[in-house]
Amino acid sequence: MNTDRPIRLQTENVGVFYGSKDAVRNVNVSFRSNTVNALIGPSGCGKTTFLRAINRMHELTPNTRVTGKIMLDGQDVYGSDVDPVDVRRRIGMVFQKPNPFPTMSIYDNVVAGLRLAGEKSKVKLDETVERSLRGAALWDEVKDRLKAVGSSLSGGQQQRLCIARALAVEPEILLMDEPTSALDPQSTQRIEDLMESLKQQTTIIIVTHNMQQASRVSDTTSFFLIGDLVEHGATEAVFQTPKDERTEAYITGRFG
Amino acid sequence: MKATIPQPRRGSGSRADARFQAVIVALASIVLVTALAYSVVLLLNGASAFGREGLGFVFGSNWDPANGHFQAFPFIAGTFFTAIGALVIAVPLALAASLFIAEYAPDWLANPVAYLIELLAAIPSVVYGLWGIFVLIPATLPFQKWLASSLGWSAPIGPGLFSAMLLLAVMIIPFIAAISRDVIKLVPNDQREAAFALGATKWEVIRYAVLPYARAGILGGVILGLGRAIGETLAVTMVIGNANRFPQNLLSPTATMSSIIASNFGEASSPEFVSSLIGIGFVLLVVALVVNFLARIVIARLTPQGTV
Ligand SMILES: Nc1ncnc2c1ncn2[C@@H]1O[C@H](COP(=O)(O)OP(=O)(O)OP(=O)(O)O)[C@@H](O)[C@H]1O
Ligand SMILES: [Mg+2]
Repeated sequence: MNTDRPIRLQTENVGVFYGSKDAVRNVNVSFRSNTVNALIGPSGCGKTTFLRAINRMHELTPNTRVTGKIMLDGQDVYGSDVDPVDVRRRIGMVFQKPNPFPTMSIYDNVVAGLRLAGEKSKVKLDETVERSLRGAALWDEVKDRLKAVGSSLSGGQQQRLCIARALAVEPEILLMDEPTSALDPQSTQRIEDLMESLKQQTTIIIVTHNMQQASRVSDTTSFFLIGDLVEHGATEAVFQTPKDERTEAYITGRFG
Repeated sequence: MKATIPQPRRGSGSRADARFQAVIVALASIVLVTALAYSVVLLLNGASAFGREGLGFVFGSNWDPANGHFQAFPFIAGTFFTAIGALVIAVPLALAASLFIAEYAPDWLANPVAYLIELLAAIPSVVYGLWGIFVLIPATLPFQKWLASSLGWSAPIGPGLFSAMLLLAVMIIPFIAAISRDVIKLVPNDQREAAFALGATKWEVIRYAVLPYARAGILGGVILGLGRAIGETLAVTMVIGNANRFPQNLLSPTATMSSIIASNFGEASSPEFVSSLIGIGFVLLVVALVVNFLARIVIARLTPQGTV
């Protein structure tokens, strides 16, 4: 683990409740600047739930409550003086299910976040579209039809469009919820390469069901089980010498 | 009659099928034949009105039954003016109401308000007409007088183009609002989340994600409202003043295609008069069909498709 890097994001006793049901409990974990961090665990263990707590997405759902603190650069993103809009500008998100804006062109999809932030310069927008689409390994496939609507793409292309849309605003933290689960091996490879290069600018937290992917791309790995963070540590350590036997069982494919 | 109802397990299955099919075809033909007969009547009468007046029937303004002149342009214009005026007033209000219900109001408030709006859509038009005469016109008359005197128009009497627009707007707001609310509710939540995650405010989410996604459905509601405004007869007849001429200004009494038919049919003495009124009915039918057809094209082009 790159222990020399400063801590960027730290959670303190984070819990998430859907109504009275707690889906995530007591998560204490920190993510260092310019690293890729994998969240793994069986389906339904709370990975998405935890991820959405970080950029305050839960408050859009009625009856959902987040407890504890999430410190971004030492400031609680749930602090009373913090604007959730601001938090979400700084913390980008790629959702588990692709959700491009279907009536907007590919171009407009990519720059949607920039336009929201008030960017008007055509040069800057053009430049961002190319950079983001290249980053998301989609440029070559769509460069001749940037005016086509977002919904005219295949499912995998739509997911890469969503990745480009998230990249365009250059977020400080990028949350990715199984970004490659709908992609072919070649696109997956390019997204993994992208994460490697994006580390220069951002901190990435990625949910994945793919153990090889987690070990390939991530610096740290967090293993969740039924709402609890069972183990967190350097990826190598978690995969080679897991401290908890449940982690070992999951990684070696004995359950989950 | 019992014998004609196909009974299961009696006779062979295919014979029961054939009988059932015959009943369906017979019933369907009744509908078809009725529609056909009705179109033919409209068409024949319309043809005779056009035969007498030529294109003057739709482009001329001389409507003088006593002297046998039947040119319907003022009423065609009246229908367009009232309908478009009503839309201009109704659409922003209906859209605001539907957004309030679907996106802003908490459930305890949104549900009763939505119910109330649906209730408004079910009020018979004669009741709206009475309300127009006894509430809307007296309430807006001071404004109408003020407007007329500031613009140098002749003094308004109350019933007229403006009152009809206003009343139509009130009548179609519930339609447009109810449909818009339904389609806004159908916008998938992940669309809203996509915008929120990019740092959109609530209003930006509506502008970027909700309205574009729902635009085809909202437009469908608007066109339905337009259709109702074009066809609405009774309430309009009660508040438009029924003057058989082109309106001089926004406040003057005039008539629409449907109001002229309703207010004149009883007195239509000559065959020319009757066939001219039916001819106006034919034009009304054509207008309704064109609106419907355009709506389908626009809606099909605006509907988002192919999202996973
Ligand atoms: N909106 C919700 N309301 C109530 N319960 C929910 C809601 N969303 C998720 N849950 C529950 O919370 C738990 C964690 O769900 P979550 O989506 O975080 O799992 P996950 O680890 O992302 O699973 P997967 O790998 O299948 O995506 C599950 O038991 C799920 O049923
Ligand atoms: Mg998930």
